Amino acid sequence: MAHEQAKERFVESMVQVMDFTSRILPDDVFDKLKELQAAETSDMQRVIYDAYFDNLEKAKELKRPCCQDTGILHFYLSAGTEFPHLGMVEEALEEAVRRASAQIPLRQNTINYFEERNTGDDTGERVPWVHWDLLPGSQDLEIITYFAGGGCCLPGRSKMYKPSDGYQAIVDNVFDAVADLGINACPPLVVGVGLGHNIENAAVLSKKAYLRPLGTRHPHPKGARFERDLTEALNRLGIGAQGLRGENSVMAVHVESSGRHTATIAVAVSVACYAHRRSLVRFHSDLSFEVLSHKEAGH
Amino acid sequence: MKKIITTPISFESIKDLRTGDIIYLTGTLVTGRDDVYLRVVMENMACPFDFNQMAIMHAGPIIKEEPGKNTMVAIGPTSSIRMEAYAGDFIRRTGLRLMVGKGGMGEKTSRACEEHGAIHCMFPGGCAVIAATCVESITHVHWRELGMPEALWEMKVKEFGPLIVTIDTTGANLFLENKAYYASRLDECKQPVLESVKDIMHIQTNK
Repeated sequence: MAHEQAKERFVESMVQVMDFTSRILPDDVFDKLKELQAAETSDMQRVIYDAYFDNLEKAKELKRPCCQDTGILHFYLSAGTEFPHLGMVEEALEEAVRRASAQIPLRQNTINYFEERNTGDDTGERVPWVHWDLLPGSQDLEIITYFAGGGCCLPGRSKMYKPSDGYQAIVDNVFDAVADLGINACPPLVVGVGLGHNIENAAVLSKKAYLRPLGTRHPHPKGARFERDLTEALNRLGIGAQGLRGENSVMAVHVESSGRHTATIAVAVSVACYAHRRSLVRFHSDLSFEVLSHKEAGH
Repeated sequence: MKKIITTPISFESIKDLRTGDIIYLTGTLVTGRDDVYLRVVMENMACPFDFNQMAIMHAGPIIKEEPGKNTMVAIGPTSSIRMEAYAGDFIRRTGLRLMVGKGGMGEKTSRACEEHGAIHCMFPGGCAVIAATCVESITHVHWRELGMPEALWEMKVKEFGPLIVTIDTTGANLFLENKAYYASRLDECKQPVLESVKDIMHIQTNK
């Protein structure tokens, strides 16, 4: 019974989390968009940014998802090894998505391969997508909730290179992803670059890269410089909000890396749209939770 | 002053619009995306809505469905480029006048727009709530079995916009022009980054 109560409490909390995450952008993203808006001078860019902020205001006021593509639900978990409720988490997240889908409501987006029918409740085979990391010794569970929309998933790519292709391969990949399909992915984008030794490890890192809070930097000084250089260079392309030409193209470029095999370079690029619906919450062992990403997580 | 286009849309009312112009739409607007185009163009199924002189929106909305009542919760545009393979034929077959979507479309669609007097407009992506507030009612749904995002939702809209003209009736294509512009700047913009990583590559090749 206690177990069922705990699960129910967690499920309802996560429905709340998905609700505000679907409506309100995290503080760092909102502030960055304001900063980029101020830099724009053309009428067209002003119209677009005005629409962005008008829409966010209305989403809050009318309590509706700010973008109709509420995506596939992704949960990136950092689980304390001493968190007492680990066993129920995945099942509870699936139940929470099912409820959120009907209650908020979310758009029904999930189709299972080979069946090719909409499941109707935003759950499916391995959906929601859950990724686990551990927090040794902690009693908390930190959850990044992310709405992975179709448009911003499309430019994603992961590719292998030989060492002789060097860092140019990385630069080329980032530019190609942003300047081609990225234009249609609702810029200004957050660009995640994953550098590793095989495609799956690079792809996961590229995802972790764009989930990082804006303003954070790669721990290696050369990595941090690379992020800054890529951000400046992509902004010089002048893609602007919605790809209609402007002063900027991206909110940030983040790079995450792992050691590479001496014989390989693996590059992945994932992009996130301006409507970057990600939140970070921390559950404690008593299942109370705090919101770390949104000052104004109004319920 | 707002430039408002009403349905049914005459060629006369859109022929002088040029890429970059901003308009609003009043009348009937019907959603249709990947599966609708596929059914009509590839599977030759009769379209349950007559698009002659009408407007389509590339969008998969969120609808609150209750017995006897459908309410628009959120409707923003989806990437129109996904419809590029079929849109030309779709315009030819149906007499469609206006497409609303996100981002641009390709050469095939701009040719069809020029030949048949149609235009493509973009609505700011992700702005699903301001779009929903321009929807007065949902009058019909067709092909609901395709799923909520893929079905044809027939809406009464009022001053739906801002819509930025991206392909006009002369076949001019704003996004193709922009894409060419970005492509022309790629090498120049990349150069400083490549310079900056040279020392890292240098260390590698010495090992």
